[in-house]
Parts: sequence; structure tokens; C-alpha cells
Amino acid sequence: MAKIIFEEPDGNEHAVDIADGLSIMEGAVKDSVAGIDADCGGACSCATCMVYVAPEWRDRLPARDSTEQAMLEFCPQVEESSRLSCQIKVSAALDGLRLKVPQTQH
Amino acid sequence: MIDPVVIVGAGQAAGQLVTSLVQDGFAGGVTVVGDEPHPPYQRPPLSKKFLAGEIEFDRLFVKPAAFYDKAGTTLMLSTRVAGIDRQARAIKTEVGAALRYSTLVIATGSRPRPLALPGADLEGVMYLRTIADVQAIRRYLAPGRRLVIVGGGYIGLELAAVAAKRGVEVTVLEQAPRVMARGVGPIVSAFYERLHREEGVTIATGTAVTGFEGNGRLEQVICDGLRLAADLVVVGVGAIPNSELAREAGLAVDNGIVVDAQCRTQDPAIHAIGDCASQSHPLLDQHLRLESVHSALEQARTVAAAICGRPAPTVQTPWFWSDQYDVKLQMAGLSARHDAVVVRGDPDRGRSFAVFYLRQGELVAVDAVNRAPEFMMSKQLIAERSQVDPAKLSDERVAMKDVRL
Repeated sequence: MAKIIFEEPDGNEHAVDIADGLSIMEGAVKDSVAGIDADCGGACSCATCMVYVAPEWRDRLPARDSTEQAMLEFCPQVEESSRLSCQIKVSAALDGLRLKVPQTQH
Repeated sequence: MIDPVVIVGAGQAAGQLVTSLVQDGFAGGVTVVGDEPHPPYQRPPLSKKFLAGEIEFDRLFVKPAAFYDKAGTTLMLSTRVAGIDRQARAIKTEVGAALRYSTLVIATGSRPRPLALPGADLEGVMYLRTIADVQAIRRYLAPGRRLVIVGGGYIGLELAAVAAKRGVEVTVLEQAPRVMARGVGPIVSAFYERLHREEGVTIATGTAVTGFEGNGRLEQVICDGLRLAADLVVVGVGAIPNSELAREAGLAVDNGIVVDAQCRTQDPAIHAIGDCASQSHPLLDQHLRLESVHSALEQARTVAAAICGRPAPTVQTPWFWSDQYDVKLQMAGLSARHDAVVVRGDPDRGRSFAVFYLRQGELVAVDAVNRAPEFMMSKQLIAERSQVDPAKLSDERVAMKDVRL
């Protein structure tokens, strides 16, 4: 279990406790975090669950694989800190992770 | 009291509609009536990760049960709707309950096209559409079992991939000259035939099944006069829209419930979304019934906006995907009216290439095989209606960002 803190597009802070083994995207969708569309349901096929990772967390997450890398490269609002939240599996090590949700996923 | 929004059907379109109504701040009541025993769940994983046992049952659900309680949404599950009374603005369930609506959204989806062949009702001949179907099929997926799949479409081939990985002896019988003929071009079909053969699956195209035999239980599949021994048959030969309720209520039906770009039927109080709807497609100037989750989600968002009096969301390029083995196919756009085809990479070797479909120099569709950059960039180019340079497109040394004309 880890508490993940999302900054929603309107600036609202939304903390979600997510069980180990779920993806961050799944936890966010189940708790209705605003701005996470996740149209493909976690298949790394749509890039609509993108989040920005807080600076202090960037090196503490497992690296992007080649598909995530490629999907992000062509994402309209991509930044250095961008990740697809469906590709990050939750574990206790992520407790306190802070993420920012983009204004739009399209 | 204002009557609720009633959604008939509890699939992904219904789940997204409830979600979007909550997000849009809808203050009225919502009732979802569905014939399955489950709240809305995701169907794409049914023939992929859920079938493979890689994700548990509870991870399929669009939202947890508590979400609907909190949203004030009533779920009437295991409930079939018998009819719509447009005059009274009410639906009637099969057990006779009447339910008034302010707005009715028909999201009844589609059902597998049944095979009308001798022996098709034998035990051991199955279809793949629901959680229950997958649970039944999964029990057969053990090493050495013989699975015959009728139909080489997405469902059939995704099932073939999962079953082959489990050591099942898989044969796919496809009536058309090539697999996935409705969804992709011939180059991609040929690739998938090679892929499955490399993984040990037998693929027979141009092969018509004429019936099934067995003593109460399936034993043999008959095709082209031959008999194939089988422990299980799964039929995946397309889907039929569940449009009967609409037709009986006097609404226009033509390969799906006919709706305008905003998913409205000719009755202003009734919308239709998802697999059951034939939408006047905002980008194509023609009616289309897309069996795709992206289309269902987008239509749900459109209807939620209409109900809440908000502007319709921007229409996106249609897109689809399919996972088979280690190969991710991502498709965007609609290739129906293309006049040129451009290939990037080598479809005959390896497992990574893309096929682009052009019309008068404009990129209209892409089939990308393990090519996420080609897919993502094409989605943008299609939406922009960009002219592209075929020579650059086919040259791997030119980055996808630089293929515009």
C-alpha cells in the first residue's frame, strides 16, 4: 500500500491509498482522480494517463521501457518528468509519491 | 421530482457515461439497467490479460461499487429491458417494472454473431464476449488440448495467442482469404498469419466450416469435407448490434441505432452510444458503427456533455489496438477510402513495421506493429489532415516528426 498524492488540473490535491500490485493509473481511476482518462485501461496503447513526477521522485521510479518511452515522445504535453501512470506498479516504496495531472490528455 | 437519466446496458459506455456525468457535476439521478450480474467492466482485457490469468476479476471493473453509491447511481443488474414506451418516457423491464426517464441512453452493445450450422449448439462450442464466457473458456486452456477457433478476427487471434502460450494445440479457420480482413490491410494480415505460424498455431484461410459433430458434446469440426478433432471450439465471426429495443420503439435502425454526431436518435429524449450505435461520424461525413472501446468512451463523454448542457468534447481520430504475443498492433484513422499504401520497415521479417494509408496525399490511417512512435505521430497527422511525403514515410532514416510534405 502506498499513499500517492495527485495535483489535479484545477490545483486540488487528491491523495489516494493504492494497493500493492495495482498500477498508479488503476488506483487513480478507481478513486476518480480528475484528468486521468486511461482510455485503453492500462495497455500502454493510448497515452491518456500521463502524469508529471515531482522532482524529488524522478530517480526513484523504475525507468520507462521502450514502448512507454515512444508513446511519451509523441505525447502533446510531454515534459522531462512525464510518465504513463499505467506503467508504474505500486509498492510501499512509492509511499508519498507526488504527481501532477496535465490540463488535458489530448 | 425530475425523472432520472436511464442507461440501458451496463458495459463500458455506460460506465464512462456515469463517470462523465459525475465529473460534469450532473445533479440528477442516474439508473443503469444491465442484463449481466456485474457493474460496468472493461471488455478489451477479456481476450487478453484476463483470459491469460494475468489480471484478476476485480481489476476489470470500470469503478468500484462504492463509486456508484456515492454518485447516487442505481445499478439494476441481472435485469433485461423488455421495451421502451416513448410516449410515457418509460422503459419496462422483463419482470414488468416500469421506470420513467428524463433522458434515455441506449448502450446495449453488441452480441457475437451466432453460427447457424449443424451442431453449433453442442456443448463445447462457445463464444467470447463476457466474463462468464472467458471463465468457461479458460477451464479448457491446458497443454495438449485441441482448440479450434472459427474466425480469424481480433477476438479469435487474441485467444489463439493466449491459448498457444499455454501449450494448447490451436487451429484457426477463417472463411475469408486472409485474417483480420475487416480491420487491417493485406500486408498486416500476411504478417499476422506468419506470426501465428511462428508461434505454432495452424491458420487455414479460405476455409469454411460446415458443421460440428459429437455425441452431446463437441468432438469434431467439419470443414471442407475434412474432420478436425477438437476439445473446444470458440466462434469469433463478428458481432451484431443489440438494436432490437430501439427498432421496436420505432427508432431508425440501419446496422445499429441511427444517431447524429451528438449521438441523438430522432427522439430528442433518447441517445444511443457504443457498439449498438451507428453514428453520423463527425470526421467522415457518413454513418459508422465502430466496435471499439475508444469510440464508446468518446460517445459517452459526448452524451454526458449534452445532458449537462456543456459543449461537446473535441472529436478525436478513431483508434484501436490489439495485443497478440509480444506484438502490439495500434491502428488509427479509417483506411476505407485510401488510394495509396506506404510501408515503413519490413513486414516479412521480424515483428516491427508500420503501414500507412493515404488519400490524395493525405494520411488517413495507420496500422503500426510494435511501432508506437509511428502510431502516435500518425494520430496527430491524421487529426491535422496533413499531407505527407511517401518517400520520407518509407525511409526509416527520416524521423516521424519530419514526414509532413
